[in-house]
Amino acid sequence: MLTRRLIPCLDVRDGQVVKGVRFRDHKVMGGIVDLALRYRDAGADELVFYDITASPEGRRVDRAWVERVARVIDIPFCVAGGIRSVDDAREVLHAGADKVSVNSPALERPALVGELAEAFGVQCVVVGVDSLRDADGEWRVRQYTGDPDKTRALRRRTLDWVAEAQRLGAGEIVLNCMGTDGVRAGYDIEQLAAVRAICSVPLVASGGAGTPAHFAEVFAQADVDAALAASVFHSGAIAIPDLKRSLREAGIAVRP
Amino acid sequence: MATAPDVVLIDAGGTNIGSVRYALERLGVDAAMSDDPARIRAASHVILPGVGAAAPGMARLRASGLDAVIRDLTQPVLGVCLGMQLLFEHSEEGDTPCLGVVRGQVRHFPRAGGLRVPHMGWNALVAERDDPLLYGLESTDAHAYFVHSYAAPLGPDTLARSDHGMAFSAVVRRGNFCGMQFHPERSAAVGARLLGNFLALDPAA
Repeated sequence: MLTRRLIPCLDVRDGQVVKGVRFRDHKVMGGIVDLALRYRDAGADELVFYDITASPEGRRVDRAWVERVARVIDIPFCVAGGIRSVDDAREVLHAGADKVSVNSPALERPALVGELAEAFGVQCVVVGVDSLRDADGEWRVRQYTGDPDKTRALRRRTLDWVAEAQRLGAGEIVLNCMGTDGVRAGYDIEQLAAVRAICSVPLVASGGAGTPAHFAEVFAQADVDAALAASVFHSGAIAIPDLKRSLREAGIAVRP
Repeated sequence: MATAPDVVLIDAGGTNIGSVRYALERLGVDAAMSDDPARIRAASHVILPGVGAAAPGMARLRASGLDAVIRDLTQPVLGVCLGMQLLFEHSEEGDTPCLGVVRGQVRHFPRAGGLRVPHMGWNALVAERDDPLLYGLESTDAHAYFVHSYAAPLGPDTLARSDHGMAFSAVVRRGNFCGMQFHPERSAAVGARLLGNFLALDPAA
């Protein structure tokens, strides 16, 4: 049986892992390779490295760290942030990343998703979606969320964008529910379930994890394939072996 | 093994070739990458990695004449992911005739029933037959990391299966030709064990 995945997300700036997702005042947490190995040893099923150096400024970054991670890590990992072209993606994939995740650049130019799928196969192409419920009750997509000053609300409905991204060749969707992000009060089950209903590729929940029960809920109620979290893992509030034990007790299949 | 294996990776254009090379490095093996027939024939073990689609993968091998070279190899050969699918007779993906060194056909996962495709994530390996390629995994709850949309149903050359909407071949072997549908280079200790088992296969057997 296909197991549900637990994915720690590490923010990378200038070659180091930093804390303070999407806020200023980043604090260095440690070396990328050390933290990647620590999560690997703890039983993480996959890692996402979100390169926050480049995206809002639109500049390319030094990706030497991707190769360093690929050398030591024997679980899959995805690189997000600053990938705007097939060439950018090739550099990251050839350095050893298993997948690339695109967000704002795909909104600027949706054809990018198809170009990546054509060049590398859909299994390499993750589309990240930042979504927030508007006053009229609709979930809509946000762009440039890496920098609060540049974040834009789009007219594009989240459900429409998820459907379009799949048509274009997304092999996986990461839905970051901004309304629950950072609050640690649980994933946005309602929104994730609505997206799940129209999503036939793997769906990753992001935003809101605070307790082991939140993970069990999002798997059982929104039927997502994976759950991503940052702060609860980084702070040590939730240890992955304990989390897997409690998920197993709740009847959720996880990798031993 | 008596001497260190001389492993050659065939560059069929897949993006995972670097990851496979690093996985071998972690096992203490410095693998060469080559598309030179003489170099490939001289290797003790040959690995065909691959990520991408069957038709361009086979087209690349045919254009360089490597399809015939691979078919005639007598030392252990390992196809990984798409590299395994190319070992079969045919793939439904792009209606592609493949190398035909392992018996069976590669098909798309069932498109009905709400099955999630690509099959992406960690799934259980279930041994169907005893083989040195599976040493150490018999009594364990072994999981491997899969990412694929096409798979070969169980057949005469299946060593281990996995299940996703249908039972499919996760590990195959026919003589010196071995295949792993998952990514051993990304399957933690289980993957390292399986790669080590492959490297321990006797080149002269």
